[in-house]
Amino acid sequence: MVTTDTIDELTATAKRIRRSIITMLTEAGGGHPGGSLSAVEILCALYFDVLQHDPKRPDWPDRDRFILSKGHAVPVLYATLAEAGYLPVEELMTLRKLGSRLQGHSKINTVPGIEMSAGSLGQGLSYGIGQLLAGRLDGRDFRVYCLLGDGECQEGQTWESFMCAPFHQLDRLVAIIDRNGVQNDWFVNETMEIDPLDAKLAAFGWHVISVDGHDLRQLLDALEEAKGVTGRPTAIIAKTVKGKGVSFMENNPAWHGKAPSAEQMEQALAEIGE
Amino acid sequence: MTAVSPALAATREAFGPTLIRLAKEGLPIVVVDADLGASTTARKFRDEYPDRFFSVGIAEQNMIGISCGLAAAGKVAFCSTFGVFLPGRCFDQIRVSVAQTGLNVKMVASHGGISVGEDGISAQSIEDLAIICSLPGVWVIVPADVEEARQAIETAARTPGPFYIRTGRPKIPVIYDDTYRFQLGKAHLLRPGSDVTVIALGIMVHRALDAATALEQEGIDCRVLNMATLRPLDEEAIVAAARETGAIVTAEEHLIHSGMAAMVSQVVGSKCPVPMGAVGMRDQYAESGRWEELLEKYHLTAEEIVRQVKEVMARKQGARSDGRSG
Ligand SMILES: Cc1ncc(C[n+]2csc(CCOP(=O)(O)OP(=O)(O)O)c2C)c(N)n1
Repeated sequence: MVTTDTIDELTATAKRIRRSIITMLTEAGGGHPGGSLSAVEILCALYFDVLQHDPKRPDWPDRDRFILSKGHAVPVLYATLAEAGYLPVEELMTLRKLGSRLQGHSKINTVPGIEMSAGSLGQGLSYGIGQLLAGRLDGRDFRVYCLLGDGECQEGQTWESFMCAPFHQLDRLVAIIDRNGVQNDWFVNETMEIDPLDAKLAAFGWHVISVDGHDLRQLLDALEEAKGVTGRPTAIIAKTVKGKGVSFMENNPAWHGKAPSAEQMEQALAEIGE
Repeated sequence: MTAVSPALAATREAFGPTLIRLAKEGLPIVVVDADLGASTTARKFRDEYPDRFFSVGIAEQNMIGISCGLAAAGKVAFCSTFGVFLPGRCFDQIRVSVAQTGLNVKMVASHGGISVGEDGISAQSIEDLAIICSLPGVWVIVPADVEEARQAIETAARTPGPFYIRTGRPKIPVIYDDTYRFQLGKAHLLRPGSDVTVIALGIMVHRALDAATALEQEGIDCRVLNMATLRPLDEEAIVAAARETGAIVTAEEHLIHSGMAAMVSQVVGSKCPVPMGAVGMRDQYAESGRWEELLEKYHLTAEEIVRQVKEVMARKQGARSDGRSG
């Protein structure tokens, strides 16, 4: 049972993460706010309730892995990792600057807690499958959570891995699709529709759960349900709003990949609140 | 014609507008895009010709296949995304369906080199020229400025067969005006010179000109060649440079071991060996940062060209005096 206290705490954490995303992107002068803001609750639920992890031992072999396949959304991951104690919050302000550990797209072995490099879409789930196959060989029972974009589901390799995971009965794998409906240039359904994604994934052998990706209770329930599924992987289709929390960014393709100005930052922070 | 004007423009800006102009002139242009049309400027074409613009979504391999089908049916098929994905993400599709068929597919890869900047190494393309140049039968062009990009795109559209054109993200100095005539397969002599030759590509061309100006102050007469067509290489111009100036420095925004440096060395080594230097990326990836900072940190600068010119000239003079004493 998820307690109201847990939800209140996570809600407060989510606000701080949103604020960090806005300030770090403004300071960087570039980056991807839309797909970072849409994934805040997903990462919150994972890092502060679900994942077995230890910020002091980022290479603990039995840790659960979170793999960010949509690597352009790395600001939400840096902000979450900072919140969890993997790196100092002040360091977020070095994002994208020469000499910083915080590269523009996630890079393995830079910041502790970053499991894998990304930036070329469609590759994260395959990596997660590999981790789990190794875990099975070594008798380890960690779980792998992989976050994909909905535009990313247009990549061929995504479907190769969608096919592969059920074949290997990887029930420790959870693919979370950030179904915000927007990709780089435009809306997903007017570019190359991926629906009915639930029916497609079910046909491929996945256990599919659809949730409101900003409702922490629904997310936590779904992640709990996934733990009980045996013999097949779970896909959580998280219906989200791209740019969530900032009115002028919400559901607006123009805010996929640009930073707010100082003024826009003030407005965004005011809307997000303390 | 070659006066450096202070105007700045990115080579990618040429893409969409040139295609629109050519379509208006009646060419059967179609465009296939993989969700980066705003960045490559391909989307401008969609605004004018929505029915001749196809977005496949984020699916570069499919983009190549569809372009081939369109080309085989008589269209001039342009496709585009970033240089890291085209050719990287769809190499086998390009190899089998474009290079081995010779179909009329024009691949325009934007965001070449490390001058992509802050997005970091997954987005910085420093291997694309090696990959695409490995294929027989593909014209490979790296324009040095926006005017040359316009003309290269038009040439590709009007010349049957596969092309790869690499454009860039940052605004860089405009070198050419509209009296310039891009010649496919020919290096362009931007500056005559007899002591040494700098062979440059893309963003490095204006830096080569800056280097030549600096060298002139020191009494070094530096030839500058813009090797805009990288494949097939203008071997004649390279051999003439080796023979007439006796030393060569290449300059490119790419890995040197698999880029123009390697290709020019192969010609020089087999036809007319002379001391050579190479400015470019050396066996490593860069990082996130502002594009000017990155070019500075990774030595893609006029100063580095000057330094290497002096080095090859010292070797050339050393070889001469060795010859005299021996
Ligand atoms: C293979 C590949 N092609 C193109 C891109 C450029 N790109 C970066 S983000 C993006 C859109 C991603 O959309 P989506 O997966 O829906 O992510 P979100 O909306 O959640 O940010 C594109 C096309 C890329 N990073 N990788």
